[in-house]
Amino acid sequence: MSENKGKLFKALKAAFPKTIPILASFLFLGLTYGIYMNVSGFSFVYPMIMSAVIFAGSIEFVTVSLLLSAFDPVQALLLTLMINARHLFYGISMLDKYRNTGLKKIYLIFGMCDESFSINYSAEIPDDVDKGWFMFFVTLLNHLYWFTGSTLGGIFGSLINFDTKGIEFVMTAMFTVVFLEQWLKEKNRFSALCGIAVSVICLLIFGRDRFIVPAMIAILAVLTLVRKPLEKAVSGE
Amino acid sequence: MTLAQQIITAAMVVIGTVITRFLPFIIFPDGKKTPDYIKYLGDVLPLAVFGLLIVYCLRDVSILHGTHGIPELISIALTLGIHLWRRKMILSIAAGTVCYMLLVHFVF
Repeated sequence: MSENKGKLFKALKAAFPKTIPILASFLFLGLTYGIYMNVSGFSFVYPMIMSAVIFAGSIEFVTVSLLLSAFDPVQALLLTLMINARHLFYGISMLDKYRNTGLKKIYLIFGMCDESFSINYSAEIPDDVDKGWFMFFVTLLNHLYWFTGSTLGGIFGSLINFDTKGIEFVMTAMFTVVFLEQWLKEKNRFSALCGIAVSVICLLIFGRDRFIVPAMIAILAVLTLVRKPLEKAVSGE
Repeated sequence: MTLAQQIITAAMVVIGTVITRFLPFIIFPDGKKTPDYIKYLGDVLPLAVFGLLIVYCLRDVSILHGTHGIPELISIALTLGIHLWRRKMILSIAAGTVCYMLLVHFVF
């Protein structure tokens, strides 16, 4: 029993320092998310529950818009699948690392947000630390930061009398930064331009409430059509 | 939206998220090879998706009416500029958001 406790503590001690940057950013983003939900007219119970059961930053901001627009569960599902499609590829990368982690594997996969993925994928875990528990604590700590920030934001937002008009821009800013980060890293920028161009065209044709699904289909179609030349271009660089 | 509709909407988001996270582990159990097409999509899709998301966030902006999208344009430019300068995600997001809030409160 005490040997097991020691193992857990060691894994926690190794995991915590890796999550400090996430502590800062998740508290800030979680707070903003909670305040954003609050000023959109939702009680703190909403960000509290959502941050616990969804735990995927960008889609939670989008969920606020979804809850404020017309009821459309199909669009909600499709939008979630599209926004979170990147998880499919995180999953593919983690197939090996999450192997043989027992029951913890279910939580590891459930909590595989961008940040948990990047730490668990890239961290060099010391030999004497249990890898499964290390990754478990990274995921759990991140989840706790996000949950705490979101809940505090939800409560805090109702206590302060502060005009937060424009705070929804945090979502635009976040995607802009992620987009720029990817843009700087990517070898091919065609898909970036394709994403923006196709979306703008679909927005003009289908209007603000109905353009997402056509845009998703068009993006998949374009990227599938240009696969050969694009792959050639990337491998040629 | 009624509470039931809110719960259904949120449940769709939960289901969608869970599907995207668990699917690879269900489709590709130990030692199975990932098809090239899926690998290709994994390379090219994320950037297109973030482009789509930016457009999604800005879907209410009208070039012809109101503030003509000027506060959005300035704040995005600032976000990009700060990020290229410092490469600190939180700083860039905070700067862009504060800039936007100041613009819509005091300038436009």
